[in-house]
Amino acid sequence: MEIPRHWRLKQQRYALVGEVCPHCEEKIFPPRDVCPYCGNEAKTQFTFSGRGTVFSFTTLTEAPAGFEQAAPYTVALVKLEEGPVITAQLTDLGDRPVEIGMPVEMVTRKIRAEDEARGVILYGYKFRPVMETPK
Amino acid sequence: MTETFPQTTFAPLKPDRPVGIIGYGAYVPQYRLPASEVARIWKGGRAATPIKEKAVAGLDEDVATMAIEAARNALKRAGIPADHLRAVWVGSESHPYAVKPTSTIVAEAIGAVPHIQAADWEFACKAGTEALVASMGLVGSGMARYAMAIGADTAQGRPGDELEFTAASGAAAYIVGPAEEALAVIEASFSYVTDTPDFWRRPEQKFPMHGQRFTGEPAYFKHITEAAQHLMKATGTTAQDFRYAVFHQPNTKFPQRVASLLGFTPEQIKPGLLSPIIGNTYAAAALIGLAATLDVAQPGDRILVTSFGSGAGSDAFIIRVTEAITQRRGVAPTTQAYIARRVEIDYGTYVRFRGKLAS
Repeated sequence: MEIPRHWRLKQQRYALVGEVCPHCEEKIFPPRDVCPYCGNEAKTQFTFSGRGTVFSFTTLTEAPAGFEQAAPYTVALVKLEEGPVITAQLTDLGDRPVEIGMPVEMVTRKIRAEDEARGVILYGYKFRPVMETPK
Repeated sequence: MTETFPQTTFAPLKPDRPVGIIGYGAYVPQYRLPASEVARIWKGGRAATPIKEKAVAGLDEDVATMAIEAARNALKRAGIPADHLRAVWVGSESHPYAVKPTSTIVAEAIGAVPHIQAADWEFACKAGTEALVASMGLVGSGMARYAMAIGADTAQGRPGDELEFTAASGAAAYIVGPAEEALAVIEASFSYVTDTPDFWRRPEQKFPMHGQRFTGEPAYFKHITEAAQHLMKATGTTAQDFRYAVFHQPNTKFPQRVASLLGFTPEQIKPGLLSPIIGNTYAAAALIGLAATLDVAQPGDRILVTSFGSGAGSDAFIIRVTEAITQRRGVAPTTQAYIARRVEIDYGTYVRFRGKLAS
């Protein structure tokens, strides 16, 4: 059980809350309080739009411990609209083939349950193919 | 009993300060289990099925994740920051935890914490509409400007039970606020509640039990007609005054029959009758039906919504659509857009998704 660690990360995990640098205006994810681009302090919260594209991907059939129940699943490097590239599972793919450059959007899903029937359920960001919105 | 306390003397619920729906959002997972698959496994392939197919949550979905997406859609349509909400209430009979609120997970994910009321509601299929009535009270009293009520379920049926044809997954979220900001004004509400054990699940049991045919006349039909008829009588309205009507929908036939009993035409219930293609989404059922109806309604249209929760009770609402709907509903996916992204699964995949394999 790593309750405090997961609890500390909940905002970034649930809703892609990162930071924006007040000096160079680069968007930062995950948040780290120091801008990796200009080196200045950066503590201003910024919620990412959740839109991005698949930069690269791979499908896991032999899942690491804790993720066996989800296999096979696809993990991608997602380039967010605002700049950063993050690693996340893709979901709701159905029979759709994944392609580099495919537009995706963030959804909050179950990541894993520590100790399947008794432990804390971890939720966090995954990405799915973009849904059409009317107009 | 009704002779000594005639129900008709009770006025419908109307807050001092007029309230309405300022944002709404639906969510339906993409997986579909055709009823013919259940019939194939359990009925030798030969059974009249109560619906065509039902929506099934994926492996990484539960009431919290579905409620989060519905809530985000509602916030988009409301156009308010999440931290303006003063309540996040989630009604369900399939909360992910027995102890630990779903509502805190949802409120954290949408950014509504920490200055809010949050709690989970339980009243079988009307837990969500009960939260909606409470939201009317919170906003209508002036204690809060905005409150969010959600109905969501990943309903379970025992393998081989009749419920397995229909027990489905989905969510719908509503933000109640002042009537002047509403895309649909809630004109009045009325509820009808008795102790009627038509469907239940005891603690630590995985699957519910039900009273077979007892779920019909004394439960579903009695409570819905009482709530709806009283509300219409008290407000001086008849079925002809409504453009649309939405009823709780455990299958295809029940809502069709109760609509006819109350004088509504098949046309009036058409946009909100989704059970044939998504199943019974329990606490979300009437609320998703309302969302699909709001997706197509025009300013001035009146909608009668009546939920039903086993155990048993019904909440009825009269809703009037305003001009604001045409501006705001396009900013989030429609209910039909969710229904359209359909991935068919077989019974084996369904058993895996719903955790029905012993290990």
